[in-house]
Amino acid sequence: MMTNHGNRLTQGQFSFLPDLTDKQIATQIEYALGKNWALGVEYTDDPHPRNTYWEMYGNPMFDLKDASAILTEVNACRKTFPNHYIRVTAFDATQGVESVQMSYIVNRPKKEPGFGLTRQEVGGRQIQYTVHSYATDKPEGERY
Amino acid sequence: MSNSSIPGVRAETPVTTAAQTSDASATALGQARSVGEVLAQSQVEEVLAELDRDLVGLAPVKNRIRDIAALLVIDKLRTNLGLVSEAPSLHMNFVGNPGTGKTSVAMRMAKILHRLGYVRKGHLVAVTRDDLVGQYIGHTAPKTKEVLKKAMGGVLFIDEAYYLYRPENERDYGQEAIEILLQIMENQRDDLVVILAGYKDRMDTFFESNPGMSSRVAHHIDFPDYSVDELLEISKKMLEEQNYVFAPDADNVFQRYLGLRVQQPHFANARSVRNALDRARLRQASRLFADRDRQLSADDLRTLTAFDFAASRVFQQAGVHPDE
Repeated sequence: MMTNHGNRLTQGQFSFLPDLTDKQIATQIEYALGKNWALGVEYTDDPHPRNTYWEMYGNPMFDLKDASAILTEVNACRKTFPNHYIRVTAFDATQGVESVQMSYIVNRPKKEPGFGLTRQEVGGRQIQYTVHSYATDKPEGERY
Repeated sequence: MSNSSIPGVRAETPVTTAAQTSDASATALGQARSVGEVLAQSQVEEVLAELDRDLVGLAPVKNRIRDIAALLVIDKLRTNLGLVSEAPSLHMNFVGNPGTGKTSVAMRMAKILHRLGYVRKGHLVAVTRDDLVGQYIGHTAPKTKEVLKKAMGGVLFIDEAYYLYRPENERDYGQEAIEILLQIMENQRDDLVVILAGYKDRMDTFFESNPGMSSRVAHHIDFPDYSVDELLEISKKMLEEQNYVFAPDADNVFQRYLGLRVQQPHFANARSVRNALDRARLRQASRLFADRDRQLSADDLRTLTAFDFAASRVFQQAGVHPDE
């Protein structure tokens, strides 16, 4: 049984929706800027759900005031890594919060093979389950 | 992956956020039909009035800014009625001697453009050559782009822009900065407005040697030097801001001082006035300091007397007695 058609990666906000248009991305960035959050662009080719820390593209953008500037960065990242997962994060630096408040995917590989379920038989015929990204069978940089 | 593969979700599903509804005035501006409505909704008149009130003199500058504001208002009305015209090129060139108010006017320009919706944020990023041009190969482009990104949604003010172009050194990195600047000025006109500023003659040479730049800057605004009377008015405003006043006879002496000072080299208009006032404050302080046992009233501490100005070197150098 397949519950997620096309194996689309569902991490972060809006991930069950169709890909956001640039205009929608800009609107979301504008929202984050309005809250004084710092935007960042991150990419990876290892989208395992437990892989929290993706590579950062450029510096975190603490000093930019306008969405078009951040969209420029997003597009530059898409150009460099057209076949990677890319997400935009919004970091709230308020003391006591200091964590990412928004995170959404803005670029996906053309073909997403998805994850396989691995069963491991352990003591007492017990079964342990884990997920495994098919893409990570290949070395870094050749995955998508 | 194809969008249709997710059941029940149409491609045009709107993603609503607070940001979309926050700018209610922008929508009202989109329905305005008369000049009065645009002015009322954009509150641009306030800024223009402020400009008139706060800045002394500069009549030609104020007129040009009014003209530009009028054009922008009419353009807004045209767009509302569907008369499509190309987005106006708003890049500007401010020329004038030092201290004539170029930066102050640029700040207000940013506000006007923001109120009329031509820039989204309305902040001003003031830079000089150092902020744009790098020190080694490959350093300039990222540096310039960084500054441009910071200025997006607002106004980029490049002071003494002619330093970007150094013809005597053909390997100067300034040229690279100019090229990136030109590209953004042309392609992302609705993202930011560039204001160049500097001395008149050097700006003219700069534009002659950079025809690409010259053709992309639509508005050239000349900042005239202030007259002595205007300078006196400026000095009164400056003193008022700092809680000082002229003694009854002091402003005459200061006016004579200004008359002599404007003829001397390196006169920097309002900036020189500020410096002269700062020196007068020093003299006032040491005058009061010398008199140890005197009880000082608020008036004593506030007033700059004729003596504080008459002691200036300018009078001695000119061989003029301050009372004449």
